[in-house]
Amino acid sequence: MPTFVYMTRCDGCGHCVDICPSDIMHIDKKYRRALNIEPNMCWECYSCVKACPQNAIDVRGYADFAPLGHSVRVLRDEEKGTIAWKVKFRDGREKNFLSPITTKPWGSAIPNFRNEPEPTQEMRDSELLSFEPESIRLDDGGLHTLESNGLKLKEGVYY
Amino acid sequence: MKTIIEDNIDILVVGAGLGGTGAAYEAKYWGRDKKIVIAEKANIDRSGAVAQGLYAINCYMGTRWGENNPEDHVRYARMDLMGMVREDLAFDMARHVDSAVHKFEEWGLPLMKNPETGAYMREGRWQIMIHGESYKPIVAEAAKVNADKTFNRIMVTHLLTDDAKENRIAGAVGFNVRTGNYHVFKSKTVICGAGGASNIFKPRSVGEGAGRVWYAPWSSGSAYALMIEAGAKMTQMENRIVLARFKDGYGPVGAYFLHLHTYTQNAYGDEYESKWFPALTEMVGKAYLDTENQHFSHKPIPTCLRNHAFISEVAAGRGPIHMVTVEAFQDPHLEEVGWENFLGMTVGQAVLWAATDIDPKYINPELTTSEPYVMGSHATGCGAWCSGPEDISGDIPEYFWGYNRMMTVEGLFGAGDAVGGTPHAFSSGSFTEGRLSAKAACKYIDDGKAEGISVSKEQIAERKEEIFRPLETYTVGRNEIVGGTVSPSYILPFPGLQRLQKLMDEYAGGVTVQYMTNDKLLNMGLHKLKILEEDLEKIGAEDIHQLLRAWELKHRHRTSECVVQHTLFREETRWPGYYYRGDKMKLDDENWHVLTTSQRDRKTGEYTMEKQPLYHLVDEK
Repeated sequence: MPTFVYMTRCDGCGHCVDICPSDIMHIDKKYRRALNIEPNMCWECYSCVKACPQNAIDVRGYADFAPLGHSVRVLRDEEKGTIAWKVKFRDGREKNFLSPITTKPWGSAIPNFRNEPEPTQEMRDSELLSFEPESIRLDDGGLHTLESNGLKLKEGVYY
Repeated sequence: MKTIIEDNIDILVVGAGLGGTGAAYEAKYWGRDKKIVIAEKANIDRSGAVAQGLYAINCYMGTRWGENNPEDHVRYARMDLMGMVREDLAFDMARHVDSAVHKFEEWGLPLMKNPETGAYMREGRWQIMIHGESYKPIVAEAAKVNADKTFNRIMVTHLLTDDAKENRIAGAVGFNVRTGNYHVFKSKTVICGAGGASNIFKPRSVGEGAGRVWYAPWSSGSAYALMIEAGAKMTQMENRIVLARFKDGYGPVGAYFLHLHTYTQNAYGDEYESKWFPALTEMVGKAYLDTENQHFSHKPIPTCLRNHAFISEVAAGRGPIHMVTVEAFQDPHLEEVGWENFLGMTVGQAVLWAATDIDPKYINPELTTSEPYVMGSHATGCGAWCSGPEDISGDIPEYFWGYNRMMTVEGLFGAGDAVGGTPHAFSSGSFTEGRLSAKAACKYIDDGKAEGISVSKEQIAERKEEIFRPLETYTVGRNEIVGGTVSPSYILPFPGLQRLQKLMDEYAGGVTVQYMTNDKLLNMGLHKLKILEEDLEKIGAEDIHQLLRAWELKHRHRTSECVVQHTLFREETRWPGYYYRGDKMKLDDENWHVLTTSQRDRKTGEYTMEKQPLYHLVDEK
């Protein structure tokens, strides 16, 4: 059933419940551990798998079309800024992959507009968005318009 | 159930996927004095269509590298959608989208670079390749930092309208899917960033695998239902999309075609597309498919028409269609790209290949065409009818009424799937639309357009009763029966969903009827939808989680009704390969070179359908 939770590893912390986009990871009232209550609404997005501090959540492919005996495991590390995958086939072959997830210390480069200078009235009256035009990084500096690009909007059938 | 009222909001962002995060972020730039609040159904760090990541940004002009100008993208989207695009909105998005992508890079999103030129690594003309596992959490951070408050786990069920002035927005209501509390958001403006619709047509997999829909299972058509019920004019809702994807896992094919240069063949190893094109040219006309000249002009063939060839070849008994990966995957770098592409955005496809011992280095995997989806940011343009920006659309009365991306309901703005007629926005374009909406919403408030809004206690109380009724219905009905899921006095959300999917599939052109429908079927479908609507008044919910599913189903139902109305209205087959009107099998430019709009009367539930003119970007000569 897409994601499932190993009984001996889960400590019921609820990180998976907190992150699941589909609201299907719940805490079982009797065992005080997490479980997937609605496998046919699970996208296998791995958000809960990545969030689990105990590595207690795994995925078993959809029963309609995925045979048993495989695994795709993941380790996401925000400090190192990497994600590591191990793909194990039914016949035992393995493939490993490692990718970056960020180039900056987590959250450090996000602007808080409360600390930025206020936009001028001229900017408000223009079609520009924040940090434009410089963030479009055009050498000539301007935002494209119909006029600048020699265009017209005309009604009718044109191809 | 406690009632929690959040008052004096200036900008309420409903749904914080890529569109909503763009809105919440940008709103603070223009509105330092404004109160910006996010209401999100899940957890903003992993919500929306980008929850599991993306391996490509599919909309980047690269104007700074001299790659494309905005109008090039407009022409591409127009070609792909068989002419049906709001070109003013598309141009506007395209001229701003690069600045969003450059910001993503500054925030830490790893974009791949071409080592020779220093430019971003191109997957195709519009696509750049990224290591985007954390795309959503990075972008969410920008929204959270700049919003004044973020409410996670709020299922917004309805928008509030002003009791003082007709046709003006006043906020939204919903409930917390954890606590069950009733939440009221009183706001001067609303930016709808909610999602399109998966799971309204019967999926090919109906067991556990139903979760592996192409668009996220949590995309419940809420964008459309909220706007339709608020009385907003909708456009192009007939333009559902069918995707040719890897079978069962629905793994994406973009990087495979464009970067890995894999190609398709039928079960017998033959190229099949070209043989369907002459007959298809008869159907759609030479202007849309001219294979001889297309070859010379390098104009890509519209997505729907390639689907048509795929569907026809399978129906002719020469399926399955395979993706030929064996050649490309001998290159270890391309093999790595092929796998990481899935691990970065559709892990389920990697799980399936592992489970079935399919190593594309040695086996050419199967492809399939999906069930239809209703959305507005991929290769299709369902959504609300919105105003364009003044400098582009100002002279066109049908396209401009004061504020960029404002709908026909005052103070209601949109982004992403919510905005109609703007296909090929994808993640970066949706974020950009959110930014455009946010700036316009600030201006709307500063211009004094949101003065004197009043929401009566009655409106708030009526909605509360309506929202929680399924819990009451269940409690009462449950006492009549010994147990189980079968009751004569209520239906549960899942059987209700299956009923919707079955009727949409069979009457509105789903996968089991090869995407075929006609006027008779559509009218019968509308009738069945009406009966289903009556039954949804008796939907039962055992707990708060089921209440969430009940409201998602109601949203899917309303979306479906609008889709069928539009499909009935457009009397032609504009997009063979997405759906067919059996009674009108040809593209008809004489009568239907127009955009369609609908408006549902809030009191009577009747739809008014209209044709809207298409304005095309042409060279000023």
